[in-house]
Amino acid sequence: MTQGYNFAYLDEQTKRMIRRALLKAVAIPGHQVPFGSREMPLPYGWGTGGIQVTAAVLGADDVLKVIDQGADDTTNAVSIRRFFARTAGVRTTTRTAEATVIQTRHRIPEVPLRDDQILVYQVPLPEPLAKLEPSRTETRRMHALADYGAMHVKLYEDITRYGHVSISYDYPVLVNGRHLMSPSPIPAFDNPKLHMSAALQLFGAGREKRIYAIPPWTSVKSLDFEDHPFRTTRAPHACGLCGATDSYLDEVVTDDRGGRLFCCSDTDYCEGRRQALAAE
Amino acid sequence: MAYVAVKGGERAIDNAHAWLAEARRGDASVAEIGVDQIASQLGRAVDRAMAEGSIYDRELAALAVKQAQGDLIEAAFLLRAYRTTLPRFAASVPVDTVNMRPLRRISAVFKDLPGGQVLGPTTDYTHRLLDFALVDGGMPPAAAQAAPDGAPVPRVHDILGHEGLIEPDGTADAEPGDLTRQPLSFPADRDLRLQALARGDEGFLLSLGYSTQRGYGHTHPFVGEIRMGEVAVEIEPPELGFAIEIGDLVLTECQMVNQFGGSKTTPAQFTRGYGLAFGQGERRAMAMALVDRSLRAGELGEDATAPGQDVEFVLSHCDNIEATGFVEHLKLPHYVDFQSELETLRRIRADAAPAHPGPLPQGERGQT
Repeated sequence: MTQGYNFAYLDEQTKRMIRRALLKAVAIPGHQVPFGSREMPLPYGWGTGGIQVTAAVLGADDVLKVIDQGADDTTNAVSIRRFFARTAGVRTTTRTAEATVIQTRHRIPEVPLRDDQILVYQVPLPEPLAKLEPSRTETRRMHALADYGAMHVKLYEDITRYGHVSISYDYPVLVNGRHLMSPSPIPAFDNPKLHMSAALQLFGAGREKRIYAIPPWTSVKSLDFEDHPFRTTRAPHACGLCGATDSYLDEVVTDDRGGRLFCCSDTDYCEGRRQALAAE
Repeated sequence: MAYVAVKGGERAIDNAHAWLAEARRGDASVAEIGVDQIASQLGRAVDRAMAEGSIYDRELAALAVKQAQGDLIEAAFLLRAYRTTLPRFAASVPVDTVNMRPLRRISAVFKDLPGGQVLGPTTDYTHRLLDFALVDGGMPPAAAQAAPDGAPVPRVHDILGHEGLIEPDGTADAEPGDLTRQPLSFPADRDLRLQALARGDEGFLLSLGYSTQRGYGHTHPFVGEIRMGEVAVEIEPPELGFAIEIGDLVLTECQMVNQFGGSKTTPAQFTRGYGLAFGQGERRAMAMALVDRSLRAGELGEDATAPGQDVEFVLSHCDNIEATGFVEHLKLPHYVDFQSELETLRRIRADAAPAHPGPLPQGERGQT
């Protein structure tokens, strides 16, 4: 463990400040709570919000898993896992089932999470209305009034133009029937996992200085219309490594003649299935 | 199988860092540059790293410049990450720039004035010809010196203020905010705006200030005064009840005189724009003063239509550590989201295929 720094890097006062923001966030599901985001030794946009939230909830007995794009071995996941191994000395794992805290960027693990697990999301742009209204002064007002018509108009325009809603990731959701929320840039495929999850879901946006949360067993609805219900998309293939037909797939280019390998983006899920297959 | 899962990210990162260290050192047959050399001979780089890193420490800033291989935004980032871990012992009393020991002091609005016009170590009137004598280096001839006359150097704004021709300076009646501790919210008051601008990106401030000069929110500025020199930093420990000096800072201060406002109740007077920079940062201080003034549009009852007048726009985008992080994060893997876009696009195209078997004919691209 690195000497000269507090457990999990942040000082206790800062952690307390973040925990207060987290409590408020849990009390108002989906509402963005401003917090005094610190300047971290990792760049903004690379998970500083998620890192601060993880640092604030991490205890000495926790087991940490860090994924990026669903994988434990992507460079930024490696870097963040090392950061906490160095500054907190906690046990780390790549197994979803073993982890008590999972920090993620862009994916939710395939296996349903339990009520003794916390999922921490790295969030680049917490404001779901930002693409429609750049001023945060204005979007704050829209949230206060639950004035979400603009987003429905955007979805409607997509349908008239493309026949579908064209949002493939960071698909907006309504949390607890009240707050419009960005689920972070997870593929829309993962949106159903947000709904009535047993795990506590915490969202940290460091650069934008916002924290929000979905408490366990909370309703999370992806926006849609009665005649155009929300649907998920995945590549219509089975995983080329484990054969899964229910998982989200990466498309790996294998040659320059159109060769493709589709395989699970959740590397732990894929490996678990392959081990089970080998044992049979 | 053709595809091998990308393992060994940890080793790849270690190797990349080792290579970076080698590249930083550069050609081993060339002497290594010392932090003291950077601090004394690349002073403007150190000043900028201190300003944007938001910490006054020449040695640390020189180290950051060395570690960052001269990339000043990276150097400022290193300083910021260090700064955030430091304990805060006290807040200083406001520095008194009237009693600055000026190395430079110029005014563009009066030909001469108490304290005089002092050019100082400026590049202003150098002809920008590459000086090939610097290739071999050597000691320059000593510059002429005059004994300081010790007379006070009043601020131009105070001279104008005696006649009531310029609006009074704001009063420091409340504890200033700190955007490094509390998240910024809008509308932001001038204390927070000045803090954000003081650590904002010099290039961003420069371009915004320039845009206000070209008509995007014009404020008719004159350089009332620029002064650069040493000021004392004082704190007032509660147990003492009086201020004690804890060190010196070199600061550059710019006071702009801007065109007047006024109303039926207030007689017309000039308005102020203020810029302050660590070290010798004249371009930064001037640009900051232009932007500070243009951000006061709302408070002075002017139309706020230009980017330089939009407080939320300027304060949300002036920080280069935030900006570089978010711009550069695009190089992180995004293949999960990209995959979802691919599938959406394939689906849209498949659904549309019967209607549009080939590329859209010209007429359907909106031409008549």
